Amino acid sequence: MSSLPQILFLLVLGAAGFILYKRISYIRKTILLGKPLPRTDRPKERWKTMALVAFGQQKMFKRIGPALLHLIIYVSFIVINLEVLEFIIDGLAGTHRIFASALAGFYTLAMNLFELLALGVLISCVAFLIRRNLMKVPRLSSAELKGWPKLDANLILWIEILLMIAILTMNATDQLLAYRGVEGYIPLGGLWISNSIQGLFEGLSSATLLFLERFAWWFHIIGILGFAIYVTYSKHLHIFLAFPNTWYSNLDPKGKIPNMEVVTQEVKSMLGLQAAPEATDQAEIGRFGAKDVTDLSWVQIMNAFSCTECGRCTAECPASITGKKLSPRKIMMDTRDRAEEISQSKVAGKDGKDDGKSLLGDYISQEEINACTSCNACVEACPVNIDPLSIIIELRRYTSMEESGSPAQWNAMFQNIETSFAPWKFAPSDRFNWASKLNQEEKKPRNNE
Amino acid sequence: MSNTYQVPTMAQKAATGETPEVLFWVGCAGSFDERYQAVTLAFTKILNKVGIDFAVLGDEETCTGDPARRAGNEFLFQMQAISNIQVLDGYQVKKIVTACPHCFNTLKNEYPALGGNYEVMHHSQFLQGLIQEGKIVMKGGGTFKGKRITFHDSCYLGRANNVYEAPRDVIKALDMELVEMKRCRTKGLCCGAGGAQMFKEPENGNKDINVERTEEALETGAKTIAVGCPFCLTMMADGVKNKEKEKEVQVLDLAELIAKDQGLSG
Ligand code: SF4
Ligand code: SF4
Repeated sequence: MSSLPQILFLLVLGAAGFILYKRISYIRKTILLGKPLPRTDRPKERWKTMALVAFGQQKMFKRIGPALLHLIIYVSFIVINLEVLEFIIDGLAGTHRIFASALAGFYTLAMNLFELLALGVLISCVAFLIRRNLMKVPRLSSAELKGWPKLDANLILWIEILLMIAILTMNATDQLLAYRGVEGYIPLGGLWISNSIQGLFEGLSSATLLFLERFAWWFHIIGILGFAIYVTYSKHLHIFLAFPNTWYSNLDPKGKIPNMEVVTQEVKSMLGLQAAPEATDQAEIGRFGAKDVTDLSWVQIMNAFSCTECGRCTAECPASITGKKLSPRKIMMDTRDRAEEISQSKVAGKDGKDDGKSLLGDYISQEEINACTSCNACVEACPVNIDPLSIIIELRRYTSMEESGSPAQWNAMFQNIETSFAPWKFAPSDRFNWASKLNQEEKKPRNNE
Repeated sequence: MSNTYQVPTMAQKAATGETPEVLFWVGCAGSFDERYQAVTLAFTKILNKVGIDFAVLGDEETCTGDPARRAGNEFLFQMQAISNIQVLDGYQVKKIVTACPHCFNTLKNEYPALGGNYEVMHHSQFLQGLIQEGKIVMKGGGTFKGKRITFHDSCYLGRANNVYEAPRDVIKALDMELVEMKRCRTKGLCCGAGGAQMFKEPENGNKDINVERTEEALETGAKTIAVGCPFCLTMMADGVKNKEKEKEVQVLDLAELIAKDQGLSG
């Protein structure tokens, strides 16, 4: 046999590696369009959060059904990828099942486990396809999923199904060949699941089997590499980004909105508490809040790339539930789309920022951000700790401070606070009037009297 | 000791050289909203009865800035926060209790970044402490006995600050049966007022959030809906009115429940 397959494999692997490298640096650059945000404090707590939320899937288990199906796919994804290591070594070295002889009985055990997981993935993916397309789960059939997001969600399930079929076909034909004593094929002494489908192939000639086995092998490895590349275009990026995304989670109480230092300096100087900030500092301030993704932090853009589009946030959002235009999932999808739009125009040699478009206005409307109650239900619900609320607040900051574009009733509320020190129009001198209702009353005796 | 209820102000205390143990931060709703004034009064009576060394800021108190910050007006928020911190620090305040989860959240989580560091408690936590220490001994019986009650989690107490048990402990001390709504604790549904929604009409939709939440509360069969927040109180009471159930169903704050049990109301 020539070394042609090896050369071919090397080429395929090299090409996939190159494309992946390109995609990863593109995504990295896109995320770094965001402003710096130091978030490396409390590392212990961060590792723990990542272990629980990303690795341990803690927040998925709020809904047990989908959580179990997802867990099967997720565990299998990690375990079956061990087999890819063998594929790559075999492909490069021209060997076949290089670990089989060294690991002997353990290898058979491992293969059986892989097959079991493959079957699990197959069943889970079919269940997810049915759930997504035949059952009317509201969060999986909303308007923002029309088009590519829906196709993306279905495609990935089909790809996984095909990959799993390829594994089982490969093992079934491989063992038939080994059983027939074809050179190079190693009998593994019983692979339960693929053995049970061997009947489909028994009548075929060894040459056909050989072709099928090789075809399944190539299909699987090219499929896996293709999958890896595809993922970078898809909502499935979360399988990688869930890890950094949870590591960089907000660890503060959810109710805390971060302070804007630049504003503090100005307010303090207005109140005469400190000298006015230097003019040069002011030039660097940029705008208050966010109009476009470049005004957001890199963590917020990473959030957008980590979003699985699962809609758990939107299903819990009081505004969405009551038919308002706001959907926290759409906030994340819009943020990603806009970030990619800027990044792509940069790749094309233009300065993406000045295309006359912006996140607020062209993607997300005032009506959407005005509907938010800052209730944190979306943040709590997100299985990968994404924070749509933080983006909404930044957009509101821009609207209020740069454009004075808040709803009229809010502007009135601002005015009340400025003039009467309360959000309603009451005379500040009446603030303590409530006490007069009390003083006339007799005090009741104390418990211990 | 005087036999009338006392509400000393920080200024009065300072004049006699005293620093009270705890500041009762009343909040704008607690000061101006007629319905919530009843909660302020109930809590004040409890503080009096237990003999807590407290004071209020009176007309030196101003809005914490919470709605301004959440509506995006960071300038206004910081103006409020920085001036409030000056007042609080001027009186050397160490410990604050408030009956408003929004004030609680802002004072506790957001003032530190501007130099205001205090130990801040929500009144549910304060009441929980008094019950646990035996300073409030529930009388039980009366109109509450054995009745169903449900608790509406406020976003700014629950999800925002992980306070879920304190209000429940207070309710459990009453002679009542606590029934949870379908969406409770971390999954509690907002009343619709947070994030400065209290101060504007809702955006277009097919339902008001408070009606959705009230329906859920009514489904429990409870005739008392307990809350721990002035905005939730308004929203839930409006929801009950919308469902024309105001004759049978009461919306009460935790402090009012305790005050009733102790025979302090009226
Ligand atoms: S914080 Fe805003 S976007 Fe998130 S669930 Fe609540 S209302 Fe919806
Ligand atoms: S933000 Fe989180 S909860 Fe919402 S769709 Fe994305 S992954 Fe799901």
